[in-house]
Amino acid sequence: MDKLIRLRFYKDRIFKSGIILMTVLSTAPLLLILFYIVKQGISSINWDFFINLPKPVGEKGGGIINGLIGTGILVLVASLIAIPFGAIVGLYLSEYSRDKLSYWVGLSVDVLQGIPSIVLGIIIYLWVVKPTGHFSALSGSIALAIMMLPPIIKSTEETLKLIPGTIKEASLALGVPYYKTILRIILPMGFSGILSGSILSISRVAGETAPLLFTAFGNPFINTNILKPMSSLPMLIFNYAGSAYEDWHKLAWGASFVLIMMILFLNIVTKILERKWKIQF
Amino acid sequence: MMNLKELLINQFKGKNKIKANMENESQKNVFLFEKIFQKGLGLTGILLIVVLLSIFITLLISSTPSIKHLGIKFLYGRAWNPVTDEYGALPFLIGTLLTSLLALIISTPFALSTAIFLGEYYPSGIVSNIFKNIIELLASIPSVVYGFWGIVILVPIIRNLELKMHVLPYGVGILTSSIILAIMIIPYSVSLSRQVISMVPPTLKEGAYSLGATRFEVIIKIIIPHTRSGLFAAILLALGRALGETMAVTMLIGNSHNLPTSIFSPGNTMASVIANEFTEATGNVYLSVLIEMGLLLFVVTTLINISGRQIIKRYILH
Amino acid sequence: MENSILNVNHLNAYFGETKILSDIILEIPKNQIVAFMGPSGCGKTTFLRCINRLHELTPGARTEGEIYFFDDDIYKLNLILLRRKIGMVFQRPNPFPTMSIFENVISGYTLNGIKLSKQEKEEIVEDSLRKADLWKEVKDTLHKRGTFLSGGQQQRLCIARSLSMKPDILLFDEPTSSLDPISSNKIEQLLLELKTDVTIIIVTHNLQQAARTSDFTAFFYLGELIEFNKTQVLFSNPARKQTEDYISGRFG
Repeated sequence: MDKLIRLRFYKDRIFKSGIILMTVLSTAPLLLILFYIVKQGISSINWDFFINLPKPVGEKGGGIINGLIGTGILVLVASLIAIPFGAIVGLYLSEYSRDKLSYWVGLSVDVLQGIPSIVLGIIIYLWVVKPTGHFSALSGSIALAIMMLPPIIKSTEETLKLIPGTIKEASLALGVPYYKTILRIILPMGFSGILSGSILSISRVAGETAPLLFTAFGNPFINTNILKPMSSLPMLIFNYAGSAYEDWHKLAWGASFVLIMMILFLNIVTKILERKWKIQF
Repeated sequence: MMNLKELLINQFKGKNKIKANMENESQKNVFLFEKIFQKGLGLTGILLIVVLLSIFITLLISSTPSIKHLGIKFLYGRAWNPVTDEYGALPFLIGTLLTSLLALIISTPFALSTAIFLGEYYPSGIVSNIFKNIIELLASIPSVVYGFWGIVILVPIIRNLELKMHVLPYGVGILTSSIILAIMIIPYSVSLSRQVISMVPPTLKEGAYSLGATRFEVIIKIIIPHTRSGLFAAILLALGRALGETMAVTMLIGNSHNLPTSIFSPGNTMASVIANEFTEATGNVYLSVLIEMGLLLFVVTTLINISGRQIIKRYILH
Repeated sequence: MENSILNVNHLNAYFGETKILSDIILEIPKNQIVAFMGPSGCGKTTFLRCINRLHELTPGARTEGEIYFFDDDIYKLNLILLRRKIGMVFQRPNPFPTMSIFENVISGYTLNGIKLSKQEKEEIVEDSLRKADLWKEVKDTLHKRGTFLSGGQQQRLCIARSLSMKPDILLFDEPTSSLDPISSNKIEQLLLELKTDVTIIIVTHNLQQAARTSDFTAFFYLGELIEFNKTQVLFSNPARKQTEDYISGRFG
């Protein structure tokens, strides 16, 4: 009896150590990757890096400015499309959660979230690039916007659903029409959810490459015209990572560093906002 | 006819008893607005569904040239010859399946362990927060960055391994991309598995503890069996994610059109072929074949997504 | 009854197929406090919510019969204006969390886009807060958020908010059930003062509250109006056995 119990205790302890070990190993890649990016990336960062265009191999002082501006514009335009649309759908789902239509809309959001980003790139190519005859930042933004919709919709829906129904009733009982109740009482109360959902979705699409491969396509120069092809940080990384040149690899490290820092920053902002702007009921 | 403000001010000052009826102009507008608003909300919902359906239909229609030209041969053919318009996607299907399944096999032990760690041993507190954040961070790293890191760090390691095993030292290939894919999908399996494990009713566990079970035994004999379907769904959803992953895989898989013969062979997945050849595709059929692969990806990932969610819903209702 | 402000005529209310109210016939007198009482599930709250047509909000809810407000059928009246003349105070205080005390009181106007001058607003706010017996306590902190007040104060804020619309009827849905006894008492005192301006209908599950504050009482049971009379009469000399059983605590 005694031996059996001791054996069980041993198993218990070994198992726990094993679990801890495996967990630490799971997190090791992150630390390795971050470490490398910071180490290699920081050495590439200088003033030139930020304001110059990429230079041909061998020339010094290449930069990523076309990618920086490109990512900025692509994400901005995508947000302008996705945030209003997403917030409204989220509002619909929270207000009409018992409707039959609402079930199908919710399902569509889930399906949309699971579509591989490269497939979205194909779709927008067929819908926008082919008819207009050329690549454009606008088409890239549309693809990114579709990717941004599910997180925004879900975050909006969840936040609005938390608002107690009695607030709505108080407003209606005052004779305020339904639509004004929603627009001027309920929606402002859900603002934190919309905001955090938006920033979260921005941090997700900022690093996306696949949907841009055949839409925004890339541009070796600075471009602010959304009807023309545009560069982006992830595209730069993709192109230079795949090359054989040391110089371009350095650029790619620097760009990776900038991109990761941006995404980290946005994640932190989201967390702070979620805590700060939560309106207590 | 007084406007609303005057009406209310008068009422406030007790001046007259107002007849509240539909003749008041501004009220008619309010009612109209109400209707428009409510219909408008529903319309945006419908618009979303329309977008989704349009995606599917577009893929379907644009695949028809390929379907007409190749038929079933698309699925089992091995040749890939744009010049003669001969396209067989079997190598890419195999590549996709191999990389995704291998990634699952590699990642699941780690993901499950981490889920048990966070769901059972350390559900809250500083340790929990640190690891939760690290896992979340893993999910935030862009695919290209994973791919780049893989090229610089992982490929040389695999190349050395291949040299030692007397295999052609490509460095890139099925194994390399599977490893990076495994790392990438860990956060997705962890998050759902962890939730499911932490939701096991305490009374179930306490019943076992009060019979003298060790923690290990409770985990293996109570928690895991109870959360079986939830864990399955988590793995399923991670699989769906792996199937659609493009950039990191494209950068590490070697881009060969041949059928992979071992895990060290270079290969291609459907996603990586699309990524590499879409903009170069000449001719209607070539493009359509690539789109058909996109359609296949769409259908498979959607089916996996929906089934995974159904399983979770049913598990929660349990 | 002369001087009745509300006339209920064969009212039936349903949630889908379930009948909640059966054939209610009732006349509410003007400028009095009327209590609706009865055990849980008797339909008194549903009836209250029919009066300002809040009942319709629930999907599947419908009514048969008429309710006349003065001489108008409320189902033919403009819903928005009806609700401005019949206000409601809820069980749990629900001031708008994004607004200050001042903004809460005046919200009935501002949310409807009615532009008032600063002076008009201040007049309305002070008048309503005085009537709700809250002015002295908040007059220096009008621009703080309403949610920082105590439960009792928040409830009086909600009363002031409804009062600012100068309603003819004010409906109270168990307004003191979430409050401590002192705050409850304050609100009961307030009702007595308010009835000179407004007709008050209060739903309560507290027998003593009904006996203390109201002039008339309606007793409901299982969706039916069992008895309606002057409070003194109903409590001391109930006409129906069910009423008597309820009052003496034989069921609740």
